[in-house]
Amino acid sequence: MDKFGFTILKARHINYDANDKSVAEYICEHEPTFRVCIECGCCTATCTTGNFTSLSLREINILIKRGELARVNENLKKCMLCGKCTLVCPRGVNTRNVITLAREALKNKFKDAV
Amino acid sequence: MGRRVVVIGAGAAGMEAAGQLAKAGCSVTLVEKEEETGGNVRNWYHLFPDHRDSKEVISYLDSRVAHKNLTLITGTTVEDMEQDHGQFILKTGDGMALEADAVVVSTGFDLFRSERKEEYGYGIYDNVISSADLEKMFRKGEVLRHDGEIPRRIGLVHCVGSRDEKVGNPYCSKLCCVTAVKQAMELKKKLNTARVFCFYMDMRMGGALYEELYRESQEKYGINYIRGKVSEVSENFDNRLVVKVEDTLAGRPLKMELDMLVLMAGMEMSESGARLARAAGLKTGENKFFAIADHHFGSNKSELNGIFYAGTCTMPMNITETISHARAAVADVLDYLNTLSG
Repeated sequence: MDKFGFTILKARHINYDANDKSVAEYICEHEPTFRVCIECGCCTATCTTGNFTSLSLREINILIKRGELARVNENLKKCMLCGKCTLVCPRGVNTRNVITLAREALKNKFKDAV
Repeated sequence: MGRRVVVIGAGAAGMEAAGQLAKAGCSVTLVEKEEETGGNVRNWYHLFPDHRDSKEVISYLDSRVAHKNLTLITGTTVEDMEQDHGQFILKTGDGMALEADAVVVSTGFDLFRSERKEEYGYGIYDNVISSADLEKMFRKGEVLRHDGEIPRRIGLVHCVGSRDEKVGNPYCSKLCCVTAVKQAMELKKKLNTARVFCFYMDMRMGGALYEELYRESQEKYGINYIRGKVSEVSENFDNRLVVKVEDTLAGRPLKMELDMLVLMAGMEMSESGARLARAAGLKTGENKFFAIADHHFGSNKSELNGIFYAGTCTMPMNITETISHARAAVADVLDYLNTLSG
């Protein structure tokens, strides 16, 4: 039988104060270029994986900074570490290292982290 | 006879400064490397924000330099500059030695050579052109693909050679955004049925009437703006261009076929300016333009007494700013000349 009745919706806000920003801090510490991303999307546009899956490095960058880590963990696995994103980045972000560091930091946060 | 001033470069800044100095009673020599004066303004057709024909600016500048105290030397460069007892001696490419009490450097800018951004295909694909190439087409009165067809879908790429560490230019050229808006509108005026797309990272509409122009381009001309930096361009079997970009606002990679792509080339320190900097030992800054003495009070001063800067040899500027900067340089030069004894 279908469920009727009411449900309580979770707020859609990015709960910035409650979210875990430690991954962002960890990356900034080891790869300071992470800070200078301007969200231009050049990395995503050139990403081979991103053309077929929902991996978007630009999105991952901002989600890490906002502490929305579940979504990051889900998508980061898809990266093949080819480094094309690093080649095109106009700000000189070492995007490939950002991914490696993010994976490291996510290891002890998610059971299914890679 | 007044004090002698040599002005290097007869673009907007040099012509304005030289004209004003002549009017103030200085004996001015204006040196220009090209055969014609006017500099980069000559390569433009209509100007933002009011669509004025650049020829009007040229004739204004010509009227400034038509003065009895002013000698114009074209077709030669200043190769070296020395200082001897407060006097400058400038050696030109054709062997002249010009003496001066003060020097105004107004060597301007070069447009970024778009070939250097190889992934955009300038010089590789026939229908990838630069903003300056498009101006030439406007001046000629026809905008056509290389095969003579009328383009139906045209893309404009912002920040080519600006805000890009990969080509060594981390700074914003400031004027390419509004140039794109202006050119997009002109394309729509010329080719009514064409669809025009601007690919941008940020719309930097900081100048007088720029924001209004941007709005007009959407409202009246239906220009489409897509937020994302183009990563690469290729060509398909039909000789059409394929652009890859992320539509960062939709959050998805986007692929688009276009008949023509226009690259908004940024502004760089001119090659002749860089050569002069090396020869005369003038400091250049991080962005490779001449380094000004102070960002608030000394934007016309070099670190050397008696050598002054005017216009885009110090940073990207529009024509209005260039002319104002040149006038300010004149105030500094006259001030300096007054301090010289005798």
